[in-house]
Amino acid sequence: MPDPLDKRLLFVTGKGGVGKSTVALALGIAAAERGKRTIVCEVASQEHASRVFRRGEVGFHEVEMRDSLWTISIDPDHSLREYLTIQAPVRAMGEVLSRSRIFAYLTAATPGLKELVTIGKIWELAQLDRKVKRGRKYDLVVVDAPATGHGIGFLQTPRTFAGIARVGPIRNQAEALNAYITDPERTGAVIVCIPEEMPVNESELLEEELGEVGVAVDRVYMNAIYPERFSERDAERLEGAGDSVEGGARAAVRAALSERRRALAHREQLERLRRVVRAPVETLPFVFEPELGLDGIESLAAEVA
Amino acid sequence: MASVADLLEGKGVCICAGSGGVGKTTTSAAIAAGMSARGKKVAVLTIDPAKRLADSLGLPELGNTERRVDPALFEGQGIDSQGGELWAMMLDAKATFDELIAKHAPDAETRDRILENRIYQQISNALAGSQEYMAMERLFELHQEDRYDLLVLDTPPTRSALDFLDAPRRLTEFIEGRALQVFMRPTGIGMKLFGRGTSMMFSALRRVTGMDLIEDISEFFQAFSGMVGGFQERAKRVNELLADERTCFLVVCGPQGEPIEEAVYFHRKLVEARLPFGGVIVNKVHYEGEVETAAGDDVVGELTEALDDPELATRAAASLADHAALAARDRRNVEHLTAELRAAQVIQVPYLEEDVHDLAGLIEINRYLFATREEREALAAAR
Repeated sequence: MPDPLDKRLLFVTGKGGVGKSTVALALGIAAAERGKRTIVCEVASQEHASRVFRRGEVGFHEVEMRDSLWTISIDPDHSLREYLTIQAPVRAMGEVLSRSRIFAYLTAATPGLKELVTIGKIWELAQLDRKVKRGRKYDLVVVDAPATGHGIGFLQTPRTFAGIARVGPIRNQAEALNAYITDPERTGAVIVCIPEEMPVNESELLEEELGEVGVAVDRVYMNAIYPERFSERDAERLEGAGDSVEGGARAAVRAALSERRRALAHREQLERLRRVVRAPVETLPFVFEPELGLDGIESLAAEVA
Repeated sequence: MASVADLLEGKGVCICAGSGGVGKTTTSAAIAAGMSARGKKVAVLTIDPAKRLADSLGLPELGNTERRVDPALFEGQGIDSQGGELWAMMLDAKATFDELIAKHAPDAETRDRILENRIYQQISNALAGSQEYMAMERLFELHQEDRYDLLVLDTPPTRSALDFLDAPRRLTEFIEGRALQVFMRPTGIGMKLFGRGTSMMFSALRRVTGMDLIEDISEFFQAFSGMVGGFQERAKRVNELLADERTCFLVVCGPQGEPIEEAVYFHRKLVEARLPFGGVIVNKVHYEGEVETAAGDDVVGELTEALDDPELATRAAASLADHAALAARDRRNVEHLTAELRAAQVIQVPYLEEDVHDLAGLIEINRYLFATREEREALAAAR
């Protein structure tokens, strides 16, 4: 089975609240530890990575967080401006255009253009022959993709745009992007799920839709799964002892039994997930930490790869 | 102390808002079921129905019109609904948008021109905000029809819980705005806006983007222009409905730091916008145990004695410590939320051991949502 970290471009997708940003960063850390020059891209100004590393906001700059690991927060305005400057037949024209308000109106008026230029920037980062002057070469670009509500509009944009614009530079650009993200040698996607009913359903749907767009799904991560700390036999013994103890000991018995019931429910969802998706499923443990910091994410990095 | 029933007393519209993944859909369904069990005729409008829940309510094919949940299901749970009814529908943004176009278009030709325009097809499917806008639109329409005592809206999952509030304004601005003016008459008003050099700018723009893209946009806006008035008027009335005193916003969130901060922010924005805030529902809260524990308790020692197994005793103690850390975090976060809101309208629902996927599950949640504060505390202690 293909290793997601061997791709050049990797989209981390999933429903809201499943820990997508965490998994994207864990994948980035894991790749960097293998010596791959890796950049983690955020696309909704979350600044998650910079916060985890306790750094200032990075914005539209490639900032190194540690050896071989960079991060950038991609926004459509900067992407568009950069695109115009690179793309315009005459450099001065690109600069005039990007300064003009007319372009703000075009992006406001053209649905999907923002997503298109965002993917355009992601693609540019993945090129060995960077369009940006003196651009750094990356081995892997990890994208913390926008949460999927219904559908995967974001990844679909290049294809729909190739359909909207019949001819012209935008069409050519859209086709090039689509060809890149649908090339399984270069681009892959992972789906992040948590062990609950709805996210499992959503993952099934997401895999189907990614398939329709033509993006290869390399892995599904079942995130935040409770550990199997107690066996059935343990549970029986704890139940037997529960009434004979008081205070903290009694609370511990209750906590352990409750944890076991949840762990069982999680296993059921894991089985469901394995039945409904085609890509290999890997599990990531629930991290018992009040707020997930760098340590917790590093422990996940050891598991993702 | 407030329960959901108190918060919704005399209300005609309940809007459940929050970021994705916090259990908003389930909460909306539970609120609707709870209010219908209290004698109200309730419709819940959902974006993304949980399939297993919908199936178990006998609504496998939910569409853009409301369907009633069989009252026998409530009777089966021992609930006398006292004449209440529960209806549900799934919002279909595209279908709602198409209906809206059909309603506002001056003639069949304009209607077809818009419906077939490729830019429109993009907007109705994908434009950020259009799904939110259509949710509001459908809510408004149902409210106009006045067939229900209460409408519960499960808002679309957005990155920011606030996006949908802005949606009607964004969409009308987009339609009526300068972008429209510019692309409708690139040489007329565009000239005025940008001054000399505009036509050169346009030719540069066309070279960079491709000619026909601009033409499609232009055509779409021209077809749309006759309908702008209707849309503006409509958006104004939708906004009035949102601000009405019979409307109630409930914010749904999770107990972790980030969702709590988001709820605080959302509350502030609602207050700033003078929209009727009802309260916050915090889902999946880890409660501290019901058993009195003291710092000095020798948990491992006592358990080792009772179980005759130091290794299992250690694991159970670790489970307690892990759980207690999460419970302490949740308590701190909820306290912070309550302080920020300067009120007691914070309703907590515990992290249940199993997912909710049927009416019985909703009723279980409603023991918390509809309990007074004292009852909730008693419930938490009994767990």
